[in-house]
Amino acid sequence: MTASTAEQTSASGSKGSEPPVPEGAITVTVKIRRFNTEFDDEPRWDSFEIPALPSDRVLNLLHYVKWYLDGTLTFRRSCAHGICGSDAMRINGVNRLACKVLLKDLLSAGGKPTTITIEPIKGLPVHKDLLVDMEPFFEAFRAVQPYLINYSPEPTRERLQSAADRERFDDTTKCILCACCTTSCPVYWSDGSYFGPAAIVNAHRFIFDSRDEGAEERLDILSDKEGVWRCRTTFNCTDACPRGIQVTKAIQEVKRALLFKRV
Amino acid sequence: MSNALGLAKPRAPRRPAARRSNFELYSWLFMRISGMALVVLVLGHLFIMNVLDGGVHRINFGFVAGRWASPFWQMWDLSMLWLAQIHGGNGLRTVINDYARKDATRFWLKILLYVSMVLIISLGTFVIFTFDPNITD
Repeated sequence: MTASTAEQTSASGSKGSEPPVPEGAITVTVKIRRFNTEFDDEPRWDSFEIPALPSDRVLNLLHYVKWYLDGTLTFRRSCAHGICGSDAMRINGVNRLACKVLLKDLLSAGGKPTTITIEPIKGLPVHKDLLVDMEPFFEAFRAVQPYLINYSPEPTRERLQSAADRERFDDTTKCILCACCTTSCPVYWSDGSYFGPAAIVNAHRFIFDSRDEGAEERLDILSDKEGVWRCRTTFNCTDACPRGIQVTKAIQEVKRALLFKRV
Repeated sequence: MSNALGLAKPRAPRRPAARRSNFELYSWLFMRISGMALVVLVLGHLFIMNVLDGGVHRINFGFVAGRWASPFWQMWDLSMLWLAQIHGGNGLRTVINDYARKDATRFWLKILLYVSMVLIISLGTFVIFTFDPNITD
């Protein structure tokens, strides 16, 4: 059986035979936090020895486990190129997209054996292994009305905007809703009803859009008990964002808009 | 609009409607302002009590009586008491909100906090205003 047919069969869920180890591969230990709600009372740690190239992504390691070692491993991934935001997970204790972290950045210094720990993102209920229930996250997202609100009559052409006006909210348009930021927030861990950084980022995207007229409504929502005032500016969200959004800065801008009643 | 979303996702968790209250905004603002005031009040207090004119060794009943004879120092100590209590209490309130897991725990910890705040503020205020320098036993 060739490697390509092995991949084809594994794609349908069955375990393929292991592919030949490429030249220059190093063996790393991948420790994954597993939890099957049907059989397990408690989450457990599973370790796998995986041959991999330094240029491999963490997602490749997970694929290796899923396709050749243990087909029951469950995780989300879709585009595998850092665009869809499906494979957010806690890698060595920090929230990252598995498809954007390269193995060479995780290797131990001096050629010592490397162990990579992978856990589901925190603060959301685990369905299985690395798969979490994203519904509370999207509920907070929907609650900030993340769509254009405009009460004036619809123009016959597109709504124009100056380059400076567009620049105002440029950073927050980059969000891919991967939940890295929200699930790195200590306030969100202990209080799931806090809106969380991602929802505030998406509110920011419309609050500071000159074409939008719903700023007041959104600011009202975010000034509530579970809104921006729960932010402790720990900068976990900014550190976690795979898109490099200045999340804490966006939250501070919303606070400033509330404080001075000016967008 | 929220109805439309509700129809689209019937089992999605709903959050209670915003109460449109600015309490958290004002408490956040209060923390910043009282913090700045407390830097002056507390450092000034520590300097007067511990460093100036022989520091802590000159403090006795007469010294306190002399200071509280002046409305300026009365107001200084009173604002220090109130600001420190409310600033610290509000800080602890957010800590409790952040860390308490159960609603019941959160409720009782806050009750404990508020009761202690009220007790200490009223006792301190009472002492500052009713202090009698001519007290004899």
